[in-house]
Amino acid sequence: MAYQWDFAPVLANAPFLAEGLANTLKITGTALVCGVVLGLALALLRLSPRCFLSWPAGFVIEVFRTTPPLVQLFWFFFALPILVGIEMTPFVAGAVTFSIQSASFFAEVFRAGIQSIERGQWDGARAIGMRHDQALRRIILPQAVKRMIPAFMERAIELMKTTTLIATISYADLLFAANEISQKTFRPLETYTVVALIYFVVIFLASQVARLVELRLARSGESTVH
Amino acid sequence: MTILKVTGLTKRFGTTDVLRGIDLEVARGERIAILGASGSGKSTLLRCLNFMERPGGGTIALDGQVLGREGKSGERTYRENELIQVRQRVGMVFQQFNLFPHMTAIGNVMEGLRTVRGMPKPEAEARARKELARVGLAEKAETYPAHLSGGQKQRVAIARALAMDPEMLLFDEPTSALDPELVGEVLAVILALAEEGRTMMLVTHELGFAYHVATRIIFLADGAIHEQGSPDEVLKNPKKERTRAFLASHKQFSF
Amino acid sequence: MRWDFASVFDNTDALLVGAAGTLRIFAICLVLGLSLGLLVGLGRYSRNRWLHIPATVFVEFFRNTPVLVQILWFYFALPILLPFQISPLAAASLGISLNSAAFSAEIYRGGIQSIETGQWDGARALGMRWGQAMRRIILPQALKRMLPALTNRAIEIFKMSTLASAVAYVELLQQGKLIASLNYNPIEAYTAVAVIFFVFLWPLVQFSYFLERRLRRDE
Repeated sequence: MAYQWDFAPVLANAPFLAEGLANTLKITGTALVCGVVLGLALALLRLSPRCFLSWPAGFVIEVFRTTPPLVQLFWFFFALPILVGIEMTPFVAGAVTFSIQSASFFAEVFRAGIQSIERGQWDGARAIGMRHDQALRRIILPQAVKRMIPAFMERAIELMKTTTLIATISYADLLFAANEISQKTFRPLETYTVVALIYFVVIFLASQVARLVELRLARSGESTVH
Repeated sequence: MTILKVTGLTKRFGTTDVLRGIDLEVARGERIAILGASGSGKSTLLRCLNFMERPGGGTIALDGQVLGREGKSGERTYRENELIQVRQRVGMVFQQFNLFPHMTAIGNVMEGLRTVRGMPKPEAEARARKELARVGLAEKAETYPAHLSGGQKQRVAIARALAMDPEMLLFDEPTSALDPELVGEVLAVILALAEEGRTMMLVTHELGFAYHVATRIIFLADGAIHEQGSPDEVLKNPKKERTRAFLASHKQFSF
Repeated sequence: MRWDFASVFDNTDALLVGAAGTLRIFAICLVLGLSLGLLVGLGRYSRNRWLHIPATVFVEFFRNTPVLVQILWFYFALPILLPFQISPLAAASLGISLNSAAFSAEIYRGGIQSIETGQWDGARALGMRWGQAMRRIILPQALKRMLPALTNRAIEIFKMSTLASAVAYVELLQQGKLIASLNYNPIEAYTAVAVIFFVFLWPLVQFSYFLERRLRRDE
């Protein structure tokens, strides 16, 4: 007997799906912004000649690159609140985990970008009397950031996929909405198929934009880091 | 009047002694050309003078003021702020230009004025235009380095150094990275600066140019001053064997 | 707050069972993912559109959807279309393997494309067929360049194996959850799980850094 597909119950829950997608974008955006800022800070600390700065930064980066994101998420959601005695909502736990986790990847992108700038640029900046931070801000980073754009976008897309883990601690993201709707309507096949397609469309479009930008950078002769 | 006094300057990279005790006094208005084979330490000497490289030993005094402080272990330590002051007073022009590719020509020239001096934008812009005009590039102000020829890039780099009102200019092989047909325009700019009576030190392979522009020639060998004197003395009547051999190997040299 | 790892050590057996589960799904997905990836990668490289288009669709679909969504789809949705149930291990392995196949396919394709055409010419001039040239000449050279990226894939697969806990497959994280709920010691339980993963993965990560450095040095 062939299965009778019926998408009507799923489509009737479109508002839930929309809300789930909005929450997915919210957690992605939050973690992206925090991750980039924190990633830059970690990269600068790691590049510091002082070992009491570079060492802890390197440790954080290694730990968060070397352990599974879901373990990190559980740790921040179930363990940390008891340790520090504060209530942790799923959103905060997710935002903290994904921010630090993506920061540890962004940090390596920043580091590669900064190190890819020729020494002569530092020389030129210092020769007109710039301090280290002025040279970094005005001369090195603007050039490095351009080379980092493709790696940066790739990471942002990975981040969006990673945020689905937050459904396991009951944050109402798109995947969580799928679980709810599927249980409510007894239509798991249609529900998970629709949700997979929504993720596909959003992420595919983002990848296409990333691809276009990378092509344009390549055509303008810009070298990039990964 | 002495502007710069170097005493017993040494520098080593790893296990190689690049500079082995340089003593040098530069008077205001002097133009010194530094010659020497590659590896003789001439670029390192220049880079030590504005602290692009930290000197290993010895002292450098600017306007009679000895820079840095004697540390406990006898090594001199330098504060970042002090070095920044020095670099504003001693400008530098590099072999590879080191222009900032994400800024236009005028943006490059304004950068030090704006960021280091904190000069307001209109003022910095007017100043930068003046410097670009001086090197003959007024009409290239809005062009990015990628669209400039090598000679033009180097002239922008000179304008960038001049904008900071340096009391002294260091040129580190300013024409070595240029195609032969572009060398002339850069040398013309340097010559014009020489005629204004600016204090400058120049590392170069252009012996003819050194002869015309310099008031003193220093020949460096193995990290030490091997021979020095007026251009006529060193280039036409070198006393030392190694100087002679060096000059003989530069056949393009003609007065 | 006092740390008390005794309650974790009391459950060493549970953790060992979990570790065995983690290693099992890792091994399955590593083999399936990387070998299927080679086939898909060759399809992506092929000029035959009947191979190229399906391979491309496969790669785009699995690269552009989250692996957790894939696992849940295989676990909750797929059985409806099939006459039999799907175990947590099967669902998680399918999701992780197909996802890894899509990513590694692009690594294989990139590696094969990076070999100069002169190598093809040389192999064909000896009278080799396409398959022989690929197997004997091109792939061995490409493999060396792909090794760092493939090692990174292996690391990702290891990390992704934790997602199997979402369908209650018994692996390390799942056992950590169990221990935490039985003993009310989430701090120690989850910290222990994190440390175990770190101990497993750290050598792999260092190895990948080493491979990257060596490749950069050689080229």
